[in-house]
Amino acid sequence: MATKEIAGKSLEFDADGHLANHRDWNETIALELSKEEEIDILTDRHWAVINYIRSQFDALGEAPSIRKLTKESGVDTKELYALFPKGPAKKAARIAGLPKPKGCI
Amino acid sequence: MTDQQPEPIQKVSIVVSHGSLEGVYPGLIMANGARMEGIEATLFFTFFGMYGILDKYMDSLRVATVGNPAMRVPDAKGFPMPTLLGAIPGMSAFATSMMKREMEKLDIPPVREFIEMISDAGCEIFACKASVDMFHLTKKDFCPQVNDIISVGQFYEKSAGAQIIFT
Repeated sequence: MATKEIAGKSLEFDADGHLANHRDWNETIALELSKEEEIDILTDRHWAVINYIRSQFDALGEAPSIRKLTKESGVDTKELYALFPKGPAKKAARIAGLPKPKGCI
Repeated sequence: MTDQQPEPIQKVSIVVSHGSLEGVYPGLIMANGARMEGIEATLFFTFFGMYGILDKYMDSLRVATVGNPAMRVPDAKGFPMPTLLGAIPGMSAFATSMMKREMEKLDIPPVREFIEMISDAGCEIFACKASVDMFHLTKKDFCPQVNDIISVGQFYEKSAGAQIIFT
């Protein structure tokens, strides 16, 4: 567990570097986290993914699989990998303030 | 002794050599999982493993119910299935439909969709030249996601810097 200050807020992070409490999250924090993931700008398409996985997490308590995400968010696999290069599921979850996804798919 | 962390895996090259459902899936799951983690991945299909990417047959892969001493009925914690029972017509189809149902519950896609997903994720897919020649196949027999038919030498070239995983 580590504490880091982002956007004037002191935030707790888990061992994977993801936000420990997803309720601490806001859009300003997302922008800061995306810079740490080397994504300079969050476009509407990034937000489509972030908002989708957050709504799924709120409803089901876990981030969706990539398969479900690409079927339901309107962002296909190719675009997803282009938006969040080098590990889309993990990166998108981290920027969305959610824990690292547990699924294998 | 140093305190250095081991190097993270950067690249994997996965060989699929078996054509049963349970022979093909582990390689696909590992390739997809690698891409999900930002690890470069290459898939190489050889011998009967090629049935996983043969357009005409990839939708009808089946679980092997003969020659599998670990298989139990009616479920994974049941009784060992006698080999002769596994040979009864319909047994393999039955085991296959059961396994497919369980996989769907876990959001594991059917082979064709999985191959599309893996290809879209940036994993290159190859068929083994020796096997293609042996089975009298051509590029046209494969699904469109197959990038090329390559020799074992080319496979090693493409695997430069990769961990090779044989399944």
